[in-house]
Amino acid sequence: MSNVKPTVIALIEQIAKDDKKTLPPLTDDLVLLESGLDSLAIAILVARLEESLGIDPFTDSDDISYPVTLGDFIQFYERAACSHEVDSGRAR
Amino acid sequence: MKSILAALADAPAAAPRVLWGAPASVAVDDLAQRTSLGGRRRELAGRSVLVATRDQLPAAVALLELDGLARRIVVCPPDIAAEHMPAVVAKAGVDAIVSDRDATEPGEWGLSVRVTSHLALSPADVVDVDLCETEWVLLTSGTTGAPKLIVHTLASLTAPIAVGPSLGSDVVWATFYDIRRYGGLQIFLRGMLGRRSIVLAGIDESPGDYLARLGARGVTHISGTPSHWRRALMSPSARAISPRYVRLSGEIADQALLATLRSFYPGASVGHAYASTEAGVGFEVNDGLEGFPAGLVGAPGAVEIKIEDRSLRIRSPRTARCYLGEDVALRDEEGFVDTGDIVERRGDRYYFLGRRTGVINVGGQKVYPEEVEAVIARHPAVRMACVRSRRSPITGSLVVADVVVDGEPTPAHKSDILRICHEQLAPHKVPATIRFVSALDVGAAGKLVRQHA
Repeated sequence: MSNVKPTVIALIEQIAKDDKKTLPPLTDDLVLLESGLDSLAIAILVARLEESLGIDPFTDSDDISYPVTLGDFIQFYERAACSHEVDSGRAR
Repeated sequence: MKSILAALADAPAAAPRVLWGAPASVAVDDLAQRTSLGGRRRELAGRSVLVATRDQLPAAVALLELDGLARRIVVCPPDIAAEHMPAVVAKAGVDAIVSDRDATEPGEWGLSVRVTSHLALSPADVVDVDLCETEWVLLTSGTTGAPKLIVHTLASLTAPIAVGPSLGSDVVWATFYDIRRYGGLQIFLRGMLGRRSIVLAGIDESPGDYLARLGARGVTHISGTPSHWRRALMSPSARAISPRYVRLSGEIADQALLATLRSFYPGASVGHAYASTEAGVGFEVNDGLEGFPAGLVGAPGAVEIKIEDRSLRIRSPRTARCYLGEDVALRDEEGFVDTGDIVERRGDRYYFLGRRTGVINVGGQKVYPEEVEAVIARHPAVRMACVRSRRSPITGSLVVADVVVDGEPTPAHKSDILRICHEQLAPHKVPATIRFVSALDVGAAGKLVRQHA
């Protein structure tokens, strides 16, 4: 799904702005917890992504491997978004 | 009960015990002869002493030195708002302070006895006064945001409980908690009395740096909240540690996290404990499953557990004694502490559902909805707000708000409300999401209807 990455990036930038934090460049290999976002910020990001994308892969998946880098995190959501589409397609 | 230093002097450890901070460290056995308090132990004897340091290590050392010496130790957590301190000082009758800042700095509430802690220890002064049983006062957040003061003793903080399945030898402890909160303090004290070294996080030390240091020091036993552990698993340094015992407490430990930790650290026993500042450590669950066995309820023993009105109640030598400066009983007439945690029995196990009072537990830190609602209501367009909990896979819960505004809600309303919240509340109390609704339920008593567990 193509809108995952820009949505994630925009939400991260908004959360950093609210916290008055300056972020390093948001590259795929950036380690989330070293980006200046703490676990509270990541929790808020996950909640807002559920609002805008309608998915929460942490809660929906049985097998959690916690994403370490921003690239992992986006992939985690992209995969969940794909299977979500497949599931809802089947439901129709 | 003997003071900690007296207990340590009676039974020296085979190997030196060290409190590892970042970057400093202190050899615990040195405190028999030497002091961090600049030769001023005698001045602090019999007083109500506030320990308010920026760094954990000077607080840890001061706590060891003050037990049995001070009449009362008031343990100040790192993030307490300065506006609440005058009330804490008054309620606890504080008449001396130990800090790691320069004593000439302002903001120390006009206390005449001010001692600056130095981790480069100096020879200890001889104290010839009668040593006393010290009251330990811990702070937790209250409904209005002002802290509640909770009285423990060394005995209640350390009453026997087998921590972990089997400790073995060469144990080194670490805790993701700050030792100035109950969860961290009881690990710190048990570690000290058990003659173990402990690795403490430094000020602003990142989770990755702390984990790397735990790995380098060969830490074997680590405690933290489920949120602390999820954060650890998101760090590239999660592989730097190879714990033998992983302990969770302070929040509901869910099955997914327990399973993830077991597969991530195959060499570790993963256990979770029920504990709160008021109720103390209730019990430990080491069978790898969430919730707790129904057999614990009503079982005879030092710790008694009952469920009444759906909430978990605990009577044990580990419960706190009372609140300070408040006319509220901490225990009921039979000595049980009502934890306010709602449980439900399914089969032969009880599972935690949440808090009765609506308190939201964000990564182990309590949030009272009323406090956040009062701040949201400062926006002129807000008619009503209802703050509630939302599940989070990262911090257990998050704060979210349903808000009624005059007229049509706009994006500016949302950003203005969030700005007010960011200005006036600690970050974990700021709503993660705000939803505009046309009305909120008000019950017959004129109170907001809250959806609790």
